[in-house]
Amino acid sequence: MADHNPLQTTPLHALHQDNQAKLVPFAGYEMPVHYTPGIIKEHLHTRAMAGLFDVSHMGQIRVDGESIAAQLENQIPADLIGLADGRQKYGLLLNLQGGILDDLMAINRGDHFVLIVNAACKHDDLALLKDNLGNTLQFEMMDDLALIALQGPESADVLSKSVSQPEQDVSRMKFMDVQDLELAGFPCMVSRSGYSGEDGFEISLAAEHAPSLAKAFLSHESVDLAGLGARDSLRMEAGLCLYGQDLDPETTPIEAGLKWAISPPRRAGGAREGGFPGADIILDQFVQGPKRKLVGLLPEGRAPMRTGTQLFDQDSNPVGSITSGGFSPSLGHPISMGYVNTALSTAGTLLQAEVRGKLLPVSVATLPFVSHRYAR
Amino acid sequence: MNMKYTDDHEWARQEGDLVVIGITDFAQQQLGEVVFVELPEVDREVDQGEDTAVVESVKAAGEVKSPVSGTIVEVNEALADTPEKVNEDPTGEGWFYKLRPADPGQLEAMLDEEAYQTLVESLA
Repeated sequence: MADHNPLQTTPLHALHQDNQAKLVPFAGYEMPVHYTPGIIKEHLHTRAMAGLFDVSHMGQIRVDGESIAAQLENQIPADLIGLADGRQKYGLLLNLQGGILDDLMAINRGDHFVLIVNAACKHDDLALLKDNLGNTLQFEMMDDLALIALQGPESADVLSKSVSQPEQDVSRMKFMDVQDLELAGFPCMVSRSGYSGEDGFEISLAAEHAPSLAKAFLSHESVDLAGLGARDSLRMEAGLCLYGQDLDPETTPIEAGLKWAISPPRRAGGAREGGFPGADIILDQFVQGPKRKLVGLLPEGRAPMRTGTQLFDQDSNPVGSITSGGFSPSLGHPISMGYVNTALSTAGTLLQAEVRGKLLPVSVATLPFVSHRYAR
Repeated sequence: MNMKYTDDHEWARQEGDLVVIGITDFAQQQLGEVVFVELPEVDREVDQGEDTAVVESVKAAGEVKSPVSGTIVEVNEALADTPEKVNEDPTGEGWFYKLRPADPGQLEAMLDEEAYQTLVESLA
């Protein structure tokens, strides 16, 4: 489908070209996979200093109406009624079988909500929300916005120096806080969050101002551009799921290790038990345990084990498959994530992976591979 | 140095009665940072065009096809611990394997420097 349509570009497209980005088609957009330094250097720079990522392809959906949180809870299994103004929470869209249609961030903006959704799913998400909640809530895809992620230990310092008004204090923001800040003179919605496992910020602002803000960030010695390649290796090390690989409509949140995304009030015995698509199946799995589970996987050799690699037990019986895998720049060896039968999901369990016709040793590992360093 | 090339971006070079094989600078640039190389077994007999090695970058895996037929006599063991040599010196220290060619005519028939550069420019 996307092959026949011209690729869309983000507001930072010219900046990517000026920085010799290797551009590839991704979710209907032409996006930078890496710049001149390459994925490994961009990854390590983000872990050590700060990486600037263009994630403007993601969907930013504004939600207006009465009792927004209560209405959204009919589709999302998170505690949104309990979500304070100026906070964001991880959420899921589910089908009637409890399978995952998308994962998202829900932000309480006081008089409205904003949902940040995956690029490849954003049009389907909008249609689903309108179909199910369109009678009472208004949903608008905010196509005139850009989204910039600044990730890494130096990002708070860079943001503090970019704040135009001295009374706005970035250091008071905690992980998953959302504030309006004026950065380099431009009004922005800023959340302290990200997809790298590091401290960091995600900044939404008018598309026309995005190139100037990005250049203001890049004028700091500690900030370098980082592409989707580094974004992927960073999130794998952090054990964070990628929709379309580790999460899909055939996978439930319990299988994916996302129990925590079903907030306590929405669980069995909670104040607002169930009431979301697939609740019966998901709440049953909560108690029974899933038949398969997402685990970390450590290849014993140096050969990366990538998406689609089949897994076998010591007797060569099929036991699962790898959903994400590649090279870990921080650890200097390959890492993978995948689903295995629950009985084999204990850390240390030795399995085999079929790589180019050969069975190679791989062991189950605890996620994340690299510890999170959020500003909690 | 009398380098010959394939349109799949492998190079081959005569050294005595052996042929040394690797991937070109263009190929390593396209792949990005190489993190793993799988090399063939010594003594294996390979046909021209047969998959003999695998080169994996952070982004992707690529197959290396033997530019000529012959018997593998030596592989570059150093790539096991330092696969980045393929990026740093693709036509030197980043060589893949040496083979004893079965048919010298195959090397002659490969692309010469000029023909290969024309191919690379057409891809830019």
